[in-house]
Amino acid sequence: MDLEEKQLIKMQIRDGFIAGSPIVVGYIPIAIAYGVLAKQAGLSLLELTGMSLFVFAGAAQFMGAGMIGMGVSAMEIIIATFVLNFRHFVMSLSFVNQIKHYAMKWKFLLTIGLTDETFSVSSIYKKQVSQTYGYFFYGTIMLTSYLSWVIGSFLGGVLGDVIPETLTQSMGVALYAMFIGLLIPSVRKYHRIAIISLSAMFINYLVSPYIGQGWGIVAGTIIAACLGIFVLEEEKV
Amino acid sequence: MIWVIIIGMALVTVIPRIIPAYIVDWIQFPDWANRGLKAIPYAALGALIFPGILTVIPEKPYIGLIAGVVAITLAWLKIHVIFVVLSAIITVFLLTI
Repeated sequence: MDLEEKQLIKMQIRDGFIAGSPIVVGYIPIAIAYGVLAKQAGLSLLELTGMSLFVFAGAAQFMGAGMIGMGVSAMEIIIATFVLNFRHFVMSLSFVNQIKHYAMKWKFLLTIGLTDETFSVSSIYKKQVSQTYGYFFYGTIMLTSYLSWVIGSFLGGVLGDVIPETLTQSMGVALYAMFIGLLIPSVRKYHRIAIISLSAMFINYLVSPYIGQGWGIVAGTIIAACLGIFVLEEEKV
Repeated sequence: MIWVIIIGMALVTVIPRIIPAYIVDWIQFPDWANRGLKAIPYAALGALIFPGILTVIPEKPYIGLIAGVVAITLAWLKIHVIFVVLSAIITVFLLTI
């Protein structure tokens, strides 16, 4: 590998790190909170860190740890996790379509790390798809997010509530603000995108009290995306 | 037993994530389906933001809403996303102390 190629890879990794930094800011306090809750629910440090290492799904881990604490059966917990995380299937479908020409190895590695947050950032940063070594950009987003999640969980388990409660609470808004910060520039460029996002919000708001948070996001995403078929113009997205 | 639960949770989480990597290759999507797939990020962002943002301070949903308006305004003014995030955190912090 010559110097220029190394330089390109370095650049993609640096850009990925910058693009992923809001996720890190959002993940660490939530991961610490998860570590604290999981410890209280009776998981050992190894188990609660292991769950972050193997599952890597925020909301599902909170739910899972809570259910373990209540003594719910393994089968119920696993089914509830499947339901809550099924939205990643829909997101992955869209993301894999975006990176269609990548080698299978990269598709595999990148989809393993797909969460609400890594998907949102990766699918808004589109131009890297066609850049040389663009997969290092996406890979860095996934990896930094993953590491901050695992390390944050571990810290929560070891140290307990180190961050004062008002600060943890305030930092709970971080990921929502990141989603907004990702969405608005697209809406600014192409106003019709707002129709899709607002419909998804409205649908999720209407149905989630009846079918739950996981299916609410799935229903809102799929129905609003179908609306996109009619509303969006091919050359503008 | 907890490890059985963890491994089970890991499998039902990762399998739906990776299946698309294997199916997208041998499906040729028509143009309209591609438009739908390209709309998914914007639809997902909408569904992830609302109504979840109202639960930042569960007993005071308006605080999340105000932080959301701050975030929308700053993002519209082309402020970088990391500062949008920090401003929203500060907004909630100031409203809860």
